[in-house]
Amino acid sequence: MSAELPLLSLLIWLPIAGGVWVLTQSKDSEDALLVRPIALTIAVLTFLFSLPLFFSFDITTASMQFEEKLPWIQALNTYYHLGVDGISMPLILLTTFITPLVILSAWEVIKNRPAQYMAAFLIMEGLMNGVFAALDAMLFYVFWEAMLVPMFIIIGVWGGANRIYASLKFFLYTLLGSVLMLVALLYMYNQSGGQFSILSFHQLNLSSTAQTLIFLAFLAAFAVKVPMWPVHTWLPDAHVEAPTGGSVVLAAIMLKMGTYGFLRFSLPITPQASHELAWFIILLSLIAVVYIGFVALVQQDMKKLIAYSSISHMGFVTLGFFIMFAILQNTQSKDIAAMGIEGAMIQMISHGFISGALFLCVGVLYDRLHSREISTYGGVANTMPRFAMFVVLFAMANAGLPGTSGFVGEFMVILSSFQANFWIAFLASTTLILGAAYTLWMIKRVIYGSIADDKMETVGRLTDINARETFILAILALAVLFFGIWPAPLQEVMHVSVMNLIEHVTRSQ
Amino acid sequence: MEFICLLIVLLPLIGSIGAGLFTVSRKTAHWLTNTCVGLSFFLSVYVFKLIVLDKLLPFHSGTSNELTLYTWLSFGKLNLEVGFLVDSLTAMMMVTVTFVSWMVHIYTIGYMSDDEHNWSDKSLAGKSSYQRFFSYISLFTFSMLMLVMSNNFLQLFFGWEAVGLVSYLLIGFWLQRDTAIYANLKAFLVNRVGDFGFLLGIAAVLMYFNTLDYKEVFALAPSLSNVSIEIFPDIEWSAITIICIFLFIGAMGKSAQVPLHVWLPDSMEGPTPISALIHAATMVTAGVFMVARMSPLYELSTTALSFILIVGAITALFMGFLGLVQNDIKRVVAYSTLSQLGYMTVALGASAYAAGVFHLMTHAFFKALLFLAAGSVIIAMHHEQDMRKMGGLRKYMPITYITALLGTLALTGVPFFSGFFSKDAIIEAVHFSYEEGRFGAGFAYFSLVFGVFITSLYSFRMFFLTFHGKERMDEHTRKHLHESPVVVTVPLILLAIPSVLIGAFTIEAMLYGDFFESAIHVAKEHQSSHDFHGISTFVVHGLTQPPFWLVLAGFVTAYSLYMQWTGLPALIQSKFVFLHKILLDNYGFDRFNSWFFAGGARGLGTLCWSVGDVKLIDGLLVNGSAKVIGIFSQVFRRIQTGFLSQYAFAMIIGLLVLLGWFVHF
Repeated sequence: MSAELPLLSLLIWLPIAGGVWVLTQSKDSEDALLVRPIALTIAVLTFLFSLPLFFSFDITTASMQFEEKLPWIQALNTYYHLGVDGISMPLILLTTFITPLVILSAWEVIKNRPAQYMAAFLIMEGLMNGVFAALDAMLFYVFWEAMLVPMFIIIGVWGGANRIYASLKFFLYTLLGSVLMLVALLYMYNQSGGQFSILSFHQLNLSSTAQTLIFLAFLAAFAVKVPMWPVHTWLPDAHVEAPTGGSVVLAAIMLKMGTYGFLRFSLPITPQASHELAWFIILLSLIAVVYIGFVALVQQDMKKLIAYSSISHMGFVTLGFFIMFAILQNTQSKDIAAMGIEGAMIQMISHGFISGALFLCVGVLYDRLHSREISTYGGVANTMPRFAMFVVLFAMANAGLPGTSGFVGEFMVILSSFQANFWIAFLASTTLILGAAYTLWMIKRVIYGSIADDKMETVGRLTDINARETFILAILALAVLFFGIWPAPLQEVMHVSVMNLIEHVTRSQ
Repeated sequence: MEFICLLIVLLPLIGSIGAGLFTVSRKTAHWLTNTCVGLSFFLSVYVFKLIVLDKLLPFHSGTSNELTLYTWLSFGKLNLEVGFLVDSLTAMMMVTVTFVSWMVHIYTIGYMSDDEHNWSDKSLAGKSSYQRFFSYISLFTFSMLMLVMSNNFLQLFFGWEAVGLVSYLLIGFWLQRDTAIYANLKAFLVNRVGDFGFLLGIAAVLMYFNTLDYKEVFALAPSLSNVSIEIFPDIEWSAITIICIFLFIGAMGKSAQVPLHVWLPDSMEGPTPISALIHAATMVTAGVFMVARMSPLYELSTTALSFILIVGAITALFMGFLGLVQNDIKRVVAYSTLSQLGYMTVALGASAYAAGVFHLMTHAFFKALLFLAAGSVIIAMHHEQDMRKMGGLRKYMPITYITALLGTLALTGVPFFSGFFSKDAIIEAVHFSYEEGRFGAGFAYFSLVFGVFITSLYSFRMFFLTFHGKERMDEHTRKHLHESPVVVTVPLILLAIPSVLIGAFTIEAMLYGDFFESAIHVAKEHQSSHDFHGISTFVVHGLTQPPFWLVLAGFVTAYSLYMQWTGLPALIQSKFVFLHKILLDNYGFDRFNSWFFAGGARGLGTLCWSVGDVKLIDGLLVNGSAKVIGIFSQVFRRIQTGFLSQYAFAMIIGLLVLLGWFVHF
């Protein structure tokens, strides 16, 4: 791919511009039907443009690639500075991969203002790409906050009965966290002599008090996004009320903003504070894995159950990041530390596929019977055998079955955390039992069994997934299996950047 | 031979994908999968010949028995790979697995031919159930081959969980039955408990050896014998012991050892062919195979071996008792499987890995045979499994009768039958271990010897109740009784042959020769010094030992109770109501598990959710802070009265204060 083409800008502005154009189209659903193929084309094009990021990515360097830098607001010394490394690039690909599927999933389903619905997702795609690509803190912050708006609207307009409460909770929760991050960014702007470059923040030599305060400020922003226990309660509500596409994007991509923030900001900027407070993050992560696992077990609403499962799985991500310090202390092995971090990153990508797929599966059922309650269903496999096959596959992936991508990250994190502390690995491994319990128990009650007499008119009349739905789920299934069987291509692109991060963190101790 | 080995593994996978993912006719499905697995079997035999008889190394033009297929992940010097290790142990497992699997594939053509009767009319899942079944058993064969052919712990775990997945799918195959979908969830979760330990074991291996490759681990193992680990503060354990015990917890799940055995009897909810293939012959022996494969590690920890010995002995004896009170024909065989797995486990604990694996092999044949014979009976009885409604089937189904008899003789260990050699070898080995003074060996020896009597009793009880005595079925069933079709009887006959002969043919090589020389490692001081003087000497020696007389006693007891004085069992039962209840209750394991673990987890989940999430976090913190802000706003909005005079007054006060401030400083 030629270096002249500003790929990253394209990935941000193509969907935004396309989205804005789509947005202005008629609200009339008749006309909007014509807009659907255009929205899909834009999303697919964006995905195709993102492929060179992967295929011409230089895996031997940790420095930023595909860089673009233009002056933005000179009075503030901020730049329109974009670039990706092995940490952010896979996340951009995840975004461009999921968005076309989300748009396709809305095809016949969204009857109310379909054009505007798809536009919201296109705009959000651009903004999310912006978050992952921004190398200027101001630019990052703008994208970070702007992203909330389309999601707020998606939940608020196309959501369920209690959507206003959920969207406000979502908005306030995340905004509250971000404000503290803004303060931290402004402080570092001062400390770095008036610049917003994230990479220059990495080189700051901050006092230990400053580091701790900045770390906590970032934690407030990122922990809410991840979400970590105990600031997680917005997520189940948001998921329950959000339309299918909203849930998919929320789970598959938006949650990763938080964990991405830890890698891009917390660890490199405040390595010392990260080290000192690692025990705290590990504690919260383990609570997420174990406590939330139990909570997920008793959910009656499928979306809530998957939402809680997401929180539990994201606990593995934060655990994988912060276990690094204990590993380095115990074994001095940077390879094992890298295993933890890369495992966590693979978990981020894999969770994008799996949770996205599971929410799409719930969407498939919801479109047909307008219920998310587990008790509404039972014996779905009898009427939807093809659908059942996909659900069971994704459920197994969610339970971390080897051969699926869900296994890879958990395996790596557990193996590496064992080297830090036996009990951490022990508690993290309970997910093997808990994850299987809550996921497969749901499968038992929804998919398996015979159809009860009083459900003959509902479950008994379900139609199996059509070609469009099959296509979406099959694509995700392939991704889940591919990275489960051969995760090396994904890990290769991360490795040098992660090693560089570890070097950086240990050097700054 | 790289290509051949790859083909052996991939053929079943191809069959599985072909039959499962594409819409194919029933005929295509069974031809495709049968051909693939059959080919896989012949190729396995070929590999076996080259490795065992010609003593060749299979890979890299005869220089190595290891092959790396691709790199899964790599971190600096640490490479996680997918690859093969094919030595005599692997080759034996490959032949056993593909042979039993092939027999089951053939048998399934007959057994599942009228499967649509097991589904309600409207169920779409029932329309393609025949194809799906073939797809699953082929997928199982692929997974099991991946497991046994692995050269590293990662792939071992992959195969380990993959066979668990297929087991889950197959136990719940008749997904309309509540009992089936309860059993499959239970099986998966109990196996996950084992895998939980197994994964920690693998993590420990990585920590202490810095590799997951078998060969490297085994080479480094002796140097680690003095390293200790502190799991609880101030209590030091040898690292090897910890590794071995954690890995064995995985084996306890998969090979159904007490207390993780609870899933196996329930797994009988699945169709009978898979009970034969997965829950008797192959998958459940994965744990035994794994420990034998890891013999260089286990040899370094007598603590772990004693642990294995005791767990195995408890399983062998106490699960045998349960077989005595079952009336469901499949459940008797299931409890017999549990008990026999206990025998194999005891062999491992006594450092007699070869004897354990030898019993694994003979058991695979005769237990698959017994299950398939039971299945043949079940077809004839129109899916009636209660033995109290059978009897006298001998004259209706002669082939099933004879093969079942041969299987029973092999299982009980009658001289010259395969089970005799393998079981006697195990008992001999435990006796040696006892003399050597290994902790738990005395108990194990007693359990196994007494277990021989129990085995004989429940086996002949089942045999007599089913095939002899009064015909207790209803008139309608009796009229339709007939021998099963050829696709069912041929596998029975083909399995009966090794059930009878394989022991006598292979005992010398496997137990006294150099068959496992490179694959299994036994420390010098754990080796028994017995020599082999031919089969006849072995048998003659066996005739003088208690096990033989116990088999006979079991037979006589069963004959008197179920043929001669048929009123006696009920009388005994009424005298020992309490004991009978305990046995029927599976010693209370199931009740305890569903009360403590399942109920406890749900209770804890409800508590965490309703108190933690809903009340504390959401109620108090989130909505609470919203309320507090609301209350403050109520107060502050009073300031905004809208009266200009009050605003002007406030401004003047404010101005004065500010002025005062500036003037003062």
